[in-house]
Amino acid sequence: MDVLLVQALTGLASGSALFLAAAGLTVIFGVTRVVNFSHGSLVMLGAYLGVTILPLLPRDPAGFAAGVLATAALVALIGVALEILLLRRIYRAPELLQLLATFGVVLMAQDAALWLWGPDDRTLPRPPWMRGFVDIAGQRFPVWDLTLIAIGAAVLGLVWVILRRTRFGVLIRAATENRDLAAALGVNQRALFTAVFALGAGLAGAAGALMLPAGSANLHIDLAIIADAFVVVVVGGMGSLPGAYIAALLIGVLQALGIVFLPKITLVLVFLIMAVVLAIRPRGLLGGALVEPRHLPPPPIGPTPAPVPWLGAAALALALAAPAFANPHTLSILTEAAVAVLFAASLHLMMGPGGMASFGHAAWFGIGAYAVGLAIKFAALPFPLPLLLAPLAAGLLAAVFALLLVRLAGVYLAMLTLAFAQIVWAATFQWVEITGGDNGILSLWPPEALGTHGFYYVALLVSVGAALLLRVMLRAPFGHALRAARDSELRAEAIGLSVRRLRIAAVTICGAAAGLSGGIFAQAKGSVFPGYGAISHSVDALLMVLLGGVQTLSGPIVGAIAYTGLYDKLLGATQSWRFVLGAAIVTLVLAFPDGIAGAALRWHAKWNARR
Amino acid sequence: MITRRRILAASGALAMPLAMPGIIRAQGSAPIRVGEVNSYTAIPAFTTPYRKGWELAVEQVNAAGGVLGRKLEVISRDDAGKPQDAVRLAGELLDEQKVDLIGGTFLSHVGLAVSDFALQRKRLFVASEPLADALVWEKGHRYCFRLRPSTYMQAAMLVREAAKLPAKRWVSVAPNYEYGQSAVKWFKTLLTKARPDVTFVEEQWPALGKIDAGATVQALAGARPEAIYNVTFGPDLTNFVRQGNTRGLFEGRAVVSLLTGEPEYLEPLGDECPTGWIVTGYPGAAVDTPANRDFIAAYRARFNEMPKMGSIVGHAFISSIVAGLKKSGSTETEAMADGFKDATFETPFGLAKYRALDHQGTLGTFVGRTALKDGKGTMVDWRYADGADFLPPDAEVRAMRPA
Repeated sequence: MDVLLVQALTGLASGSALFLAAAGLTVIFGVTRVVNFSHGSLVMLGAYLGVTILPLLPRDPAGFAAGVLATAALVALIGVALEILLLRRIYRAPELLQLLATFGVVLMAQDAALWLWGPDDRTLPRPPWMRGFVDIAGQRFPVWDLTLIAIGAAVLGLVWVILRRTRFGVLIRAATENRDLAAALGVNQRALFTAVFALGAGLAGAAGALMLPAGSANLHIDLAIIADAFVVVVVGGMGSLPGAYIAALLIGVLQALGIVFLPKITLVLVFLIMAVVLAIRPRGLLGGALVEPRHLPPPPIGPTPAPVPWLGAAALALALAAPAFANPHTLSILTEAAVAVLFAASLHLMMGPGGMASFGHAAWFGIGAYAVGLAIKFAALPFPLPLLLAPLAAGLLAAVFALLLVRLAGVYLAMLTLAFAQIVWAATFQWVEITGGDNGILSLWPPEALGTHGFYYVALLVSVGAALLLRVMLRAPFGHALRAARDSELRAEAIGLSVRRLRIAAVTICGAAAGLSGGIFAQAKGSVFPGYGAISHSVDALLMVLLGGVQTLSGPIVGAIAYTGLYDKLLGATQSWRFVLGAAIVTLVLAFPDGIAGAALRWHAKWNARR
Repeated sequence: MITRRRILAASGALAMPLAMPGIIRAQGSAPIRVGEVNSYTAIPAFTTPYRKGWELAVEQVNAAGGVLGRKLEVISRDDAGKPQDAVRLAGELLDEQKVDLIGGTFLSHVGLAVSDFALQRKRLFVASEPLADALVWEKGHRYCFRLRPSTYMQAAMLVREAAKLPAKRWVSVAPNYEYGQSAVKWFKTLLTKARPDVTFVEEQWPALGKIDAGATVQALAGARPEAIYNVTFGPDLTNFVRQGNTRGLFEGRAVVSLLTGEPEYLEPLGDECPTGWIVTGYPGAAVDTPANRDFIAAYRARFNEMPKMGSIVGHAFISSIVAGLKKSGSTETEAMADGFKDATFETPFGLAKYRALDHQGTLGTFVGRTALKDGKGTMVDWRYADGADFLPPDAEVRAMRPA
């Protein structure tokens, strides 16, 4: 019993650390509705700045506190710069565009930290007071862990006082509850948003510096933090600070107790908790009914502009003729581009016309890929049967999952897809006997009878064909009904559409299409790995769709080709490809907030009007 | 500007035609191209010194006249830690850069993916860093050679020391992925074989990079072990050691720890480096052999810093390729696949070779104990463990490799 008591107390400490890392994220989201993917990078910068500043100060608690505050102030300044230079310019753009922009910042921050602080982990030597311990139930318990618990509660109290007892706090709460109404009453949104960003970034910076007594400043903090911080924010209820506190402590304690009984649960526990909470309370523990900011429904999709079919046909003809003049490497890039087109098109159907943004789309890709891998490894099914299994398996699982999913909306829906994707990822990662664990399944090459170029044609025609089929669906009554359900659920129901059924059908179709793309990819690369279903791969899909433009039918296709080409060229061209890719994404977001295809559509309309 | 690099290059260019005029006429003087793929942005702590190691080796080789009368050139790519990117880049290196062989990789699954690709294309692949046993055993093939001591070998080196300890109750902590899993599997198997009286009473599997250190330490202490086997490294290790120190986990207990003696992982521990842990690693300048001395001198002259484990691997990687090329006498893949077998090469650790049996390199590593010196972690009581001494019997290896 004593063991469990100390274990639970330890959980409270790590939960408090988790709360500190997540607090800024929930404050920022609550007011600005920005899904700030770069929050983890701000924590990482806080850790590095802390490890730079703190050794210059006295090694007593007062010196440490001053150093943490200085770090928080510096990171708050970085946050202000981020808001003014980047996010302020895209608040009016489609909601998820901020996610794309902040992801560009993540990439740039990774290389910047590598240049500034080098590749080695940096540690802060602990002065004796940080190494102290007290006796609890006959066990040594670190004083620092007790300090963390106190700091977590203090930060909660402090921010609560700011929110409840100051004018600034009243404005923030007003904006959290109803942004448009607050603006209508004359609240200066610009200044408010900048201030909120400073507060959130400052909290992130402090969290980073406060990680130093327990560990090191290293280049992996950003991605290690961001997923867990999102989970805390969602489980607590988006924008609710007390909710985030409860969620963080809950996760910390369950994790600490969980590893005593099931040590291998570490990979997936937080996401299991999130899935369970969202299934029971779709808005998180303390999340109220958020009034979503009013957006005009996007304009209806017009007729296909005249040049598009010609351009498409020309591109396809070029791709079909490619084996005559291109080398095997170019063909493998083209194969990847074709797979990406289908993958992005399937996500587009769900998040564009379907109105259901997914942060875990790679789950279907991964399931499709593993269906092929397992069919070949265990059943030795001949080609092309494994490829047929891929969309079947992914579609079937998507249909089941859709039953849970369609009860949610907005960011909560997106986070449930993320949780599901993480669970799929953990299953492929951990079920070593079946999936081979992280070493994956190898030797899934297409049969030699297809010849050198045979599989290239299969990949190209099946991917492009399926993507075009999705496009046809969106022009068909199904697509119109789906868009109607997105734009006005009530009116769609009133004219006799079953919104629920429509959405389940959409998720199933998207799952099957993404699964097919995963299956083709597995055979093209000759292997499957858990990484195919990882968060980073889901982000790739989001990038492609947003880069191309959500509100056009050609957007995902253009985005997939552009992203695949850009990524490949940069990876080969420079050591600092992350910085360049991040800068390119940020530039594209600022220049084309409606995506490449959206911008092209605008130019085309302007050109037509002038004629 | 006259730099060291230019002098080396110039002297290499001068020496080359003198060295082997016959072969130049036969094969032309275009450089031999090695395509290299590694996780430079994903694992910079290890791969940055690694890159410096092979850069130095290439300069030295070319200054000494190159190999087979031709210069050596390495074309390097970053795989971002993703196997699918590594496979695509390996294709780019073969098809567009026209490299003669490919090599590199750090992560086990990336190494396995590139190895499978090499088999598919029937081209030579020299795996420099990945530790997965499968690379030369279950998934081994004619075209794949591997340099570093595998997880099995490093576990076996530690077991030899661990078996001498009086401890009977053991616990393990390892990152929850293939490397951690097989490191624990082999250690358990080999230790219980050597010491049937040993039991493992608890195991912890933190997610890589996300260790919940306090809870993990507490769970291990709750099992009241006599000895601890640790496989965590990098940021996880720092967190683990700090919590363990404060909570007294290591006091009065033996700890056996994989890779912890490598400077990459030892240095961040600073003055909190625990003492008396039995570890594998690299004691740096303390290894007073001519080969290591010369290497450190050249490395410091070139980069103005001490080499790390990655530097050794990067340097030995190029030496092993040069030896293989010399023995093959050709850059034709089938000739290399035969010629690399039993190719013997100099490393800062001493002589090593690629075994003909399973293409495993016999490069070893150092086994010793951690100690504190001037507030920094270091290795003492070390000795070199030659990789050749820590492999299963030949018959077992043959049974594991596909025909």
